[in-house]
Amino acid sequence: MKRAGFASRWLPILLLVPQLSIILVFFYWPAAYAVKSSFYLQDPFGFGQTFVGLENYSSLADSAEYLRVTNFTVVFTVLVTFFSLALALLLAVKADKVIRGAKSYRTLLMWVYAVAPPVAGYMGLILFNQRWGPLTELFGMFGWEFNLRADYFDTAFAMVVVSVWKQVPVNFIFFLSGLQSIPKSVREAALIDNRSASGRFWDVTFPLLAPTGFFLLIINITYALFDTFGVIDTLVKGEPANNPMTLVYKVYIDGFRGNDLGGSSAQSVVLMLLVLALTVFQFRMVEKRIHYT
Amino acid sequence: MAQVTLDSVRKIYPNGVEAVTPASFQIKDGEFVVLVGPSGCGKSTLLRMIAGLEDITEGALSIGDNVVNTLDPADRDIAMVFQNYALYPHMTVRKNIAYGLKNRKTPKDVIAQKVDEAAKMLNLTEYLDRKPAQLSGGQRQRVAMGRAIVRDPALFLFDEPLSNLDAKLRNQMRIEIKALQRRLGVTSIYVTHDQVEAMTMADRIIVLNGGRIEQIGTPSDIYHNPASTFVASFMGAPPMNLVAAEMQDGILSFAGLELPLASSMRGPVTLGLRPEDLIIDSHGPLAMEVELIEELGAHRLLHGQVNGQRLTVHLAKEEQVALGPLHLSCRVQNLCLFHPETGARMDGGFAFNLAQDRMEERV
Ligand SMILES: Nc1ncnc2c1ncn2[C@@H]1O[C@H](COP(=O)(O)OP(=O)(O)OP(=O)(O)O)[C@@H](O)[C@H]1O
Ligand SMILES: [Mg+2]
Repeated sequence: MKRAGFASRWLPILLLVPQLSIILVFFYWPAAYAVKSSFYLQDPFGFGQTFVGLENYSSLADSAEYLRVTNFTVVFTVLVTFFSLALALLLAVKADKVIRGAKSYRTLLMWVYAVAPPVAGYMGLILFNQRWGPLTELFGMFGWEFNLRADYFDTAFAMVVVSVWKQVPVNFIFFLSGLQSIPKSVREAALIDNRSASGRFWDVTFPLLAPTGFFLLIINITYALFDTFGVIDTLVKGEPANNPMTLVYKVYIDGFRGNDLGGSSAQSVVLMLLVLALTVFQFRMVEKRIHYT
Repeated sequence: MAQVTLDSVRKIYPNGVEAVTPASFQIKDGEFVVLVGPSGCGKSTLLRMIAGLEDITEGALSIGDNVVNTLDPADRDIAMVFQNYALYPHMTVRKNIAYGLKNRKTPKDVIAQKVDEAAKMLNLTEYLDRKPAQLSGGQRQRVAMGRAIVRDPALFLFDEPLSNLDAKLRNQMRIEIKALQRRLGVTSIYVTHDQVEAMTMADRIIVLNGGRIEQIGTPSDIYHNPASTFVASFMGAPPMNLVAAEMQDGILSFAGLELPLASSMRGPVTLGLRPEDLIIDSHGPLAMEVELIEELGAHRLLHGQVNGQRLTVHLAKEEQVALGPLHLSCRVQNLCLFHPETGARMDGGFAFNLAQDRMEERV
């Protein structure tokens, strides 16, 4: 077979230049800059910098505060990922059964996806408002005095709830299309082979959703680690004080509030490595996974 | 093993389509019944109602002595083979075959033994640990069969199980399925739109047209005594020739053919002639203009016109023919008459008024 190709070898490169330069300017350059500044101690007023080697990293390792934030981030990520996947799966399985009105149901759920994270945060602020938030009142009825931004646990709770709420629609859409791509006849064969609906779900539906689920797992971990920034920022109003925060938020607080650019850069380098590891892991798994065809 | 009884079973889909008009028939224990008809005639709908995959709008369905209308598919003691096999892609062949048994609380050693037996019967032993994606179409088809037979169900249901296979494999599997069903003696309902499959596999054929049962009968019945022009033209390759003829004063006439008939009927009729009942005969009454000769190896087909109407003639390979004019006669005892408008069979109940010795011959 003859391969179609470009006459000149420079043309394809030329065509790639805009895309490459965007990546270069907005991703690699800042990343390289962060790596570089993680080895320096910045003057808080921007008058100069001193090379300090790995000192920024070693002080991170020694910091009790950093450890606390890391622990919270892990718990937060696990909770957000688990609940947004589980709820979305539940909703998708139910929605898949609905025949009438399925479209409007899906559209309604999808709208939540269009809500920007800070807006979601504001909605959280309203819902959990100390004096007149409906959820606060509801909790009050059960004797739980909900205290957003004053109580560590309550704030963490609100962060998880809002972050999960924001992420469920995306997962829902993926799970629903995953469910609908399972051949009808395979489900019907299961209907004849197994009388129990839950048995059919765990034996047939769930394994066939596994590729979708794995993809979403990575997406959700990334979301919980990074994209919840807006939600957290709004909920703690830029004044974390003793409130919980995630690693990404700490990068911002230390760098832009604490003016410790070096330490903040070191933290972001650590996060970059984490993303790299996640990505490698994902590609490895995707390669290994059986493709059901 | 069981008999299946349909009593005025009807299907109207939620969108208002009446896919099956009230259908009543009974399938005997161990019988192999083929549902045949053109695309969209309601074959799958009927089968899926029997399987429990589709609600029955009206009527009663019994398997054995029990009305099963409201039973779940898993409780009907049936096994089904789907057109696209519907294997579980994430399970090995072994697990695919065993899954239905596992959920029926069959002991592990019994499952293992049954799976091995079925695999041996279907030549699947060496593939037991593969996933369906690693099998050929024919092998997948066998796995689907295996999944059905290990269950020892009361009833096998097949929905066009061979239509995804190539012609050669299809012929082979057709014979294997039929032999397997004979051996196991399980009542079977088999859906196809392939009339060769219907003719060769069925104990009885049910011909469906537009959601209606046109005819139920043995393959030979359906072939030699079609109940309507629809059945006549659907079953048989090439199909029966259907030509416009005339009844007048007890004489049926078509082109040069004149047959005395014990009937007071008069007016136009549709005359049905099987291609193999037309014979080349230089003294025959039908003058045909041959336009095309189809060479099929074992035999030949002549296509042409008699009196401006198309006719096909089936010819043994020894006979010599050329394009151009030709004379034909026909075997009278196999003629069929149909109503010119409704297409319903009309000659049931009266005989061609010919002397017995002439009946044996040709006219
Ligand atoms: N879920 C459904 N909703 C509405 N109408 C349907 C549905 N399924 C089938 N039909 C209609 O019912 C009629 C019979 O369909 P069915 O699938 O039984 O045909 P079939 O004989 O199996 O055809 P084929 O040989 O193409 O498989 C068709 O007119 C079809 O359009
Ligand atoms: Mg069909």
